[in-house]
Amino acid sequence: MDVTLQKEGAVADVDAGRRPATVPGLGRALRAEEMVINMGPQHPSTHGVLRLELIVDGEIVVDAIPHIGYLHRCFEKHAESMNNYQQVIPYVDRLDYVAAMSNEFGYVVAMEKLLKIQVPERVEYIRVIMAEFSRIVSHLIALGTYGIDMGAYTPFLYCMRDREHVLDIFEETCGARLLYNYMWVGGLSHDVKPNFQDKTRDFCKYFRPKIAELNELLSYNKIFKERTAGVGVLPPEVAINYGASGPVLRGSGVKWDLRKNDPYSIYNRFAFDIPVGMGIKGRVGDSWDRYMVRVHEMEQSVNIIEQAVEQLPAGDVQSAIPKRIRPEPGEVYVRTETPKGELGFYIVSDGTASPYRVKVRPPCFVNLSTVPAICRGSMIADVVAILGSIDIVLGEVDR
Amino acid sequence: MIAQEIHETLKGTFGDAIFEAKVDGVLDPWIRVAPDRVRDISLFLRDDGRMLFDSLMLLTGMDYTKGRLGVVYHLYSMKWNHRIVLKTEVTVDQPHVQSTEAIWKTANWQEREAFDMIGVVFDGHPDLRRILMPDDWEGYPLRKDFQVPEFYNGMKVPY
Repeated sequence: MDVTLQKEGAVADVDAGRRPATVPGLGRALRAEEMVINMGPQHPSTHGVLRLELIVDGEIVVDAIPHIGYLHRCFEKHAESMNNYQQVIPYVDRLDYVAAMSNEFGYVVAMEKLLKIQVPERVEYIRVIMAEFSRIVSHLIALGTYGIDMGAYTPFLYCMRDREHVLDIFEETCGARLLYNYMWVGGLSHDVKPNFQDKTRDFCKYFRPKIAELNELLSYNKIFKERTAGVGVLPPEVAINYGASGPVLRGSGVKWDLRKNDPYSIYNRFAFDIPVGMGIKGRVGDSWDRYMVRVHEMEQSVNIIEQAVEQLPAGDVQSAIPKRIRPEPGEVYVRTETPKGELGFYIVSDGTASPYRVKVRPPCFVNLSTVPAICRGSMIADVVAILGSIDIVLGEVDR
Repeated sequence: MIAQEIHETLKGTFGDAIFEAKVDGVLDPWIRVAPDRVRDISLFLRDDGRMLFDSLMLLTGMDYTKGRLGVVYHLYSMKWNHRIVLKTEVTVDQPHVQSTEAIWKTANWQEREAFDMIGVVFDGHPDLRRILMPDDWEGYPLRKDFQVPEFYNGMKVPY
């Protein structure tokens, strides 16, 4: 067995070639020096309180150092101090606050695996519908705000308009529009309303043409393509090594989706595709690819919702909720595919009613760590394009 | 490969550096390894043709109380579709674990977080700074015996 440390450099050197050397065509007399520019924490294109320390050589970024933690609110410490596992769920909502349903889904799936609970079929179906709705909502925000970053304001308003329809369904179901506390360990807080199936079908019918509209407005817009295609290329092997997941990984052409590759809940019952970046406008793994993967994922989510709503069985949604949660001493790691990527929960139980340790694997945190690798050698204005295409939510990065 | 085979292969390659394993009756089988050999073991797990653990899903810092800290690595191979958990334990007085940053880049930030929250020191990490807490924060908040300070930089901490 030949174990050497020589291979370590393989990934680290990928971006060495893109590092700017000297300014070509300018004489030796020119004195150039690097400058440090702060981008954020209050900057509209950082999507929250993120500070990027940009080291620039003229217009070219030599290095980008993200500084995070401005929104840190001790989620894991809070979780340990709860005296009931159900009480963690409202905090879980606030991780990725634009897709709260998906976060809850990850947590309850992990808890049910730890407790070995089988939830009723109806609960599984409603959860999948809600999680896919939440994916549509999250992607609409990601795409709309990305348009704003690139100077297109109108698509954002169209995205927000469509998002309202989903939020109305959420509101009718559980009373909340953003932070739901809807999925509980073993069940749901409310059953859906009698007109839920009709409303969902109506939404699917309404929403499909809107994706085509978004494509005409933004995706294939010439200015937008020029700003994003070929910008911020993330090669697949770098993406995997950095642990990137979700649309960031798929944008790099890796066909990887936990709903297919490591199925949880009932995702293996639905037919849907995994869109990947093809590099049709620039190179595989550029910002446009990451953007376009999200557009196609919304179509696939509509497919899943349509199938699930037709199969929705009758039943009680609260019958499996345990009266008192006291897992055996043990631990579990469960990962689910949220709109941002692989959301994992590592839950350790010591046999008491409060968790010993709840560790989150936040997809945004890990995806954000690829930023220095992507940004090196790009222009300052492209940093905005790269950051927007990664789609971070600082509530999840900082926890 | 199943966890049993992974454990035996590691045992055959690294001998004393591999401690006990728990592969039956648990949801995620785990292997305990020596903190000062983590780098070699990780490199082997990533590059050996039978292992190919190309993704480090999660790196967790743990406080096991009674002066023991730990690091837990959740590994997954996208090629072979198998997974394993590595665990390593250190003491509060000597909280040194080898860094895996050079093997999986994702460990860079995750190790920084474990250092920030639990106080595990990763030897060989290129940039071991606090990541979520302020740079001048004292103490490690996720330790079980952590006390919230009364003052931070002369300001009273409410709550």
